[in-house]
Amino acid sequence: MKKIRTPQELDALQNSLLQRRDSNKPCVRVCIGTGCRARGSVVVAEAFKNEIKKQNLEIPIDTKQTGCHGFCERGPVVVIGPREIFYQRVKLRDVPEIVSKTLLNGEVVDHLLYVDPTTGQKVLYEHEVPFYEKQRRQILANNGRIDPANILDYIAVGGYQALAKAITTMSCDEIIGTVEKSGLRGLGGAGFPTGRKWRLCHKATGDVKFVIGNGDEGDPGAFSDRSLMEANPHSILEGMIIGAYAIGANQGYLYVRAEYPLALKHLQIAIDQAREYGFLGNNIFSSGFDFDIKINQGGGAFVCGESSALVTSMEGKVGEPRAKYIHTVERGLWNKPTNLNNVKTWASVPLIINNGADWYAKIGTEKSKGTAIFSLVGKVNNTGLVEVPMGTQLKEIIYDIGGGILEGKKFKAVQTGGPSGGCIPEKLLDLSVDFERLTEAGSMMGSGGMIVMDEDTCMVDVARYFLDFLQYESCGKCVPCREGIKRMLEIVTNIAAGRGKKEDLDLLQELAETIKDFSLCGLGKTAPNTVLSTLRYFIEEYEVHVRDKKCPAGICKDLIEYFILEDKCTGCGACLKLCPQQAIDAYGLTHTIDPTKCIRCGICRDACSFEAIIVK
Amino acid sequence: MNGAKVQAEEGSTLLEVARFYGINIPTLCYHDELTPYGACRLCMVEVDDGRRTRLVASCLYPVKEGIKVKTHTERVMKGRKLILELLIARCPNSKTLQDLASKMGLEKVRFKMENKDCILCGLCVRMCAEQMGSGAIGFVGRGQKREVATPFRTASEICRNCGACMYICPVVELQCRGVKSPGELCNSCLVITPQCSEKYDQVMCTLDSCGACVEKEEK
Repeated sequence: MKKIRTPQELDALQNSLLQRRDSNKPCVRVCIGTGCRARGSVVVAEAFKNEIKKQNLEIPIDTKQTGCHGFCERGPVVVIGPREIFYQRVKLRDVPEIVSKTLLNGEVVDHLLYVDPTTGQKVLYEHEVPFYEKQRRQILANNGRIDPANILDYIAVGGYQALAKAITTMSCDEIIGTVEKSGLRGLGGAGFPTGRKWRLCHKATGDVKFVIGNGDEGDPGAFSDRSLMEANPHSILEGMIIGAYAIGANQGYLYVRAEYPLALKHLQIAIDQAREYGFLGNNIFSSGFDFDIKINQGGGAFVCGESSALVTSMEGKVGEPRAKYIHTVERGLWNKPTNLNNVKTWASVPLIINNGADWYAKIGTEKSKGTAIFSLVGKVNNTGLVEVPMGTQLKEIIYDIGGGILEGKKFKAVQTGGPSGGCIPEKLLDLSVDFERLTEAGSMMGSGGMIVMDEDTCMVDVARYFLDFLQYESCGKCVPCREGIKRMLEIVTNIAAGRGKKEDLDLLQELAETIKDFSLCGLGKTAPNTVLSTLRYFIEEYEVHVRDKKCPAGICKDLIEYFILEDKCTGCGACLKLCPQQAIDAYGLTHTIDPTKCIRCGICRDACSFEAIIVK
Repeated sequence: MNGAKVQAEEGSTLLEVARFYGINIPTLCYHDELTPYGACRLCMVEVDDGRRTRLVASCLYPVKEGIKVKTHTERVMKGRKLILELLIARCPNSKTLQDLASKMGLEKVRFKMENKDCILCGLCVRMCAEQMGSGAIGFVGRGQKREVATPFRTASEICRNCGACMYICPVVELQCRGVKSPGELCNSCLVITPQCSEKYDQVMCTLDSCGACVEKEEK
């Protein structure tokens, strides 16, 4: 394989690829990202290959395995080019029908189309699906279009052009200046201005510097980094090479959690292929610049997503954060200047170089430029990966893109920013999503998790869940985080169990404020956010738990009772058979639940077809 | 620092400067012969660097030209008191902790009491590694499972039984017998709340408060 040494050679390759690929030829794109994979998309992809081979066509139809399309709720997702017909929930048995009808005859398989729940209409094309219509997919643009294991796909859509432009026509100062001007802020959670970070690292003294891509993504419920790494790994590499050139680093690392095997696999394939083509290695684009990337796997600790703990973990030590009064950009990995950015931030760089700083700065709000990526999950109809301009209103994301609350229930709260974030209530649904507004509301952007909650969610239980997670993941070095979170969890657990006292709420507030002020690292400093935000917006719910020993949402097991309605019970016995505690007795026609035996598992309620079982 | 102009060599920390000038910032995980660790968080102070005011660990924060430091504001003292409360809930029988707590006005612990004998300050670990040149013990486990132990919890081949770890421990050496009932502190040490702290949002004495200004409350 001849390495690409000049921009002209890259252009030539791209042109030849575009010429060779007939854009009018039908092409089947099957998503093999982890979400669709879990629903069996890999066998679907194989079936397509086999079925098409069976047809013995003169020019066989292209099949492509792509990364995550984003609409994970509807997986397995299959898109038929060139018309971009969107098939959802495709099963193995649907494959022959798609091949014979759509691929060979251009007919649509109706029952696989997406049906818009508000209009009842079937939607034919991917870009018309309401989930995608309101999004602005630029970082995620090529997810679902290219085969992540084939660098030629990436080059065909303009890959590595930004690198060619930056490395052959721009100075380091110009590149950093462009990123500064664009207003790009770190998409890992804290939102630090990326250009400023690069500038500081560039200025730092030292002849050995490093760049790191953070792909640890520890937040429960967040999968944007994973999807990007699986679907378009080259976009991250390209950004890192450009950044390394501008800062003056010759070695880069990708720190990826070990729980993401597909992302690790695709990133390694991408690195190997980039080396083959000369985008990594010596004398990149004949500039004299040498750079290579190595992958480091995480060991399963949430705290190692924090930049100083990550660096310590890479040095082979225990992943514990350190005070950052001397920044990582001055003394980081092996005490050398190190620039660490989230993988989504790196992937934004080629877009900015290609389209210009002004283009990027026009999107978003005054202080938060560009787009934000959210993992929209929870009690919404459309769960998946959403990319919208900063400043989009929460209600647009949840209702227009998310399709509203599941089963028509009532919205209660949305949790953003993962365990470090907070809960936002209904009265703030108009909130424009950006770094500042979310922090003002008591939450934060974080790494983009967005968990939607409905009327059946107990906010005390939510606080307890996240405190439990953070207690488990705390490194334990500093007192406020290690001891403080433990005590907050004790209090909230007591409240949820009906042992709450009046003073508890004040003590909770006091603890939360001190932990926020005195903790050593971001984990501790943001740990109280869920408690603080639920106390701020849902104080009545806490008070009902403490004062009345009741859980209005019907979740806290010690405060609820399962009860069979006499007038609805038909005596069918479905619940009795399934109860794991044999807590249901039949008295004549109707049944009753023995509260002393009942463990509130809810199996009986799910089994009842007459809605005769309620939670009090 | 605390309104007075101070000077220091570049590379020194705020804590070193404070101690030089006689300002007593409480610490537990700090020793001037060992590398600072920044884990107990008692030494936090308020720093105004011209752009914003924030809390930093004075044992680690390097001096910078022009910054304004306050070591005993209401916010800082409130936090120190809560940290001590958390620590006493963990290790109630330590005289060092009880003395520190009394000085800050802590009278009752509002958390469920435990009875551990280690606050995970790391002084023993650093003492063994840095001063005794052994490194026989270290931190093991994350979060709630964190403890000081030998590798794989096996008997150490490099421990010389020098006792330096026990000597340096701020918590275990002196056991307090004054605990009356779980959660109640005996407070036999003087409780000091100088009036100047309220008026100036800062304790104004540069020396360790002698308490001359304090009006003793009837217990």
